[in-house]
Amino acid sequence: MTEPVLSVRNLQVEFASRRGTLRAIDGVSFDIAKGEVLGVVGESGAGKSVTGLSVIGLIDPPGRIAGGEIRLSGLRIDNLPPEEMRRIRGKRIGMIFQDPLTSLNPLYRIGDQIVETIRTHLNLSEQAARRRAIELLAEVGIPAPEKRIDGYPHEFSGGMRQRVVIALAICAEPELIIADEPTTALDVSVQAQIISLIKRLGRDHGTAVMLVTHDMGVIAETSDRVAVMYAGRVAEIGPVQDVVKNPLHPYAKGLMGAIPTLAGDDKRLVQIPGSMPRLSAIPRGCSFNPRCAFAFDRCRVERPEPLPRGAQSVACHLYDSVPTESAA
Amino acid sequence: MLAFTLRRAIQAIGVMIAVGIISFSMFRFAGDPVNQMVSMDTSGAERAAIRKSLGLDDPVIVQFGHYVANAAQFKFGVSYQFRLPVSQLLLERMPATLELAICASIFAMVCGILMGVYSALRRDTWLAHAFQAISLIGVSLPTFLIGILLIYLFSVTLGWLPSFGRGEVVRIGWWTTGLLTLSGLKALIMPSITLGLFQMTLIMRLVRAEMLEVMRTDYIRFARARGLTTRAIHFGHALRNTLVPVITVAGLQFGSVIAFAIITETVFQWPGMGLLFVQAVQNVDIPIMAAYLMMVSLIFVTINLAVDILYTIVDPRLRSTVSRAH
Repeated sequence: MTEPVLSVRNLQVEFASRRGTLRAIDGVSFDIAKGEVLGVVGESGAGKSVTGLSVIGLIDPPGRIAGGEIRLSGLRIDNLPPEEMRRIRGKRIGMIFQDPLTSLNPLYRIGDQIVETIRTHLNLSEQAARRRAIELLAEVGIPAPEKRIDGYPHEFSGGMRQRVVIALAICAEPELIIADEPTTALDVSVQAQIISLIKRLGRDHGTAVMLVTHDMGVIAETSDRVAVMYAGRVAEIGPVQDVVKNPLHPYAKGLMGAIPTLAGDDKRLVQIPGSMPRLSAIPRGCSFNPRCAFAFDRCRVERPEPLPRGAQSVACHLYDSVPTESAA
Repeated sequence: MLAFTLRRAIQAIGVMIAVGIISFSMFRFAGDPVNQMVSMDTSGAERAAIRKSLGLDDPVIVQFGHYVANAAQFKFGVSYQFRLPVSQLLLERMPATLELAICASIFAMVCGILMGVYSALRRDTWLAHAFQAISLIGVSLPTFLIGILLIYLFSVTLGWLPSFGRGEVVRIGWWTTGLLTLSGLKALIMPSITLGLFQMTLIMRLVRAEMLEVMRTDYIRFARARGLTTRAIHFGHALRNTLVPVITVAGLQFGSVIAFAIITETVFQWPGMGLLFVQAVQNVDIPIMAAYLMMVSLIFVTINLAVDILYTIVDPRLRSTVSRAH
């Protein structure tokens, strides 16, 4: 088996606050292989974005990585000195943020921003970097790139700006792209284009993609595997067809049940009762137990650890040392 | 862009005409100018003749027309106390004031921006706290007090710097400069600091606040995610975005630097336009007062115009909205 591009093991991220330390990420583990798209899904505050930011080393104080390991193609990166981590950012890991309207510096031409990034990471002359910038803009689907390269961000539409942001993220051919809700701020019609662009780039360059979103439709369309996060932990992870068609974790089941279909049946969408606990009040045992229809005594005292089950892996006591049939 | 500049220029002319009305009316409300010019025993007929020769019999609107036409050619009449053309007096004094104001502004900009950037980026160091404390002193102490304290410390106690005047000056055409002699430079130090201190603290606080704001924006976060060096992020991206409002404030403040120079020039007996104005007020020398008013307004209006244009150069977004809107 080849080494995964990204390997996260037992990651813990803490935020120091006035009322004590809050643990935003608690024991998250996952791998992303070369050319693979991992969708990370969950409610707001589940820790999706924080996971992405900790991989690229941009957790701002008072947050800090309190434990675990992050490896990029085998190299441990969670404890690198800031200067070495900076060299990895943009070169080996590219990142795409949610809002393309505010991601670009309004005072610089987009070409200058791309050239600046290219020349930070690659040893190219000004002209060579500019040629490369034009190629990149063409690759992400910006028409007339040799003209548009001298445009300012405000002269581009939201979808076009997100393409520029993607060009910036891939300009040094990174091994891994972290896309943090790349389509949330865009029109539905543009969303599809951006998603297929990210998918195509990942395929063409063999880039591993970590796609953070709360849009199950985007995940189903794009990802190879999906991780369902809840309250700072991975509830379930597995191949996308398996998780969507046959979710194991009660929370994942709830999420999939809440996706509307076009099939035309008038069934009410299933709603998961209650809301996600605040970081300061995570319940004992399984953090999902107060909202879970299947919760039993053990769920309220003991925290479930992720266990493999077929191609999937699920953190739920329902599947622990009990015969298969009693689940679901 | 051209239409925008033209529109602003027309607005500026409107402002200048309004100022012209005010300065013109000073002559009419501050007594009969003929009385100021003649002696006690001049006969009524002679007075009438002078009145006629000066055009004071004409309708007010015609007189105002003459006044504006002359002012546009920098003719402001003759000073009552010096018996010399006001424009000549102002021109002689202008280099001193402009040199002082420019030095003060450069001092304010350079120190203000450096201190502001430092205290934004190294927020919790003792030096940043010290800058904050100094800025508090700078905004709260009146200019004349700072000037007097500086004179007491550096002229009276230490004897390093002259307490008044411009030192030796070199004449280049009609311009006199103190920048080329040692004594001129030494004389410039304290007045510049006195005059620029308030602006410096203002700029420092503004830069600090803006910089902290900009550092929180998405494009700075994205610049970090792109792996740019800290230097490029701080000075290429953050500082340039910070400077947009700073340019406006600093530019507009240059007008008040010249206006505030009155106090600094009085404290340091600096032979500039401000000192001339203070003497004119004491001697009710209306032509000088009126001309000074026009001069300062012209400077303010010009700076405003320049700032508006500069703004569009720094911020490309304004360029297109401006050309689209007009």
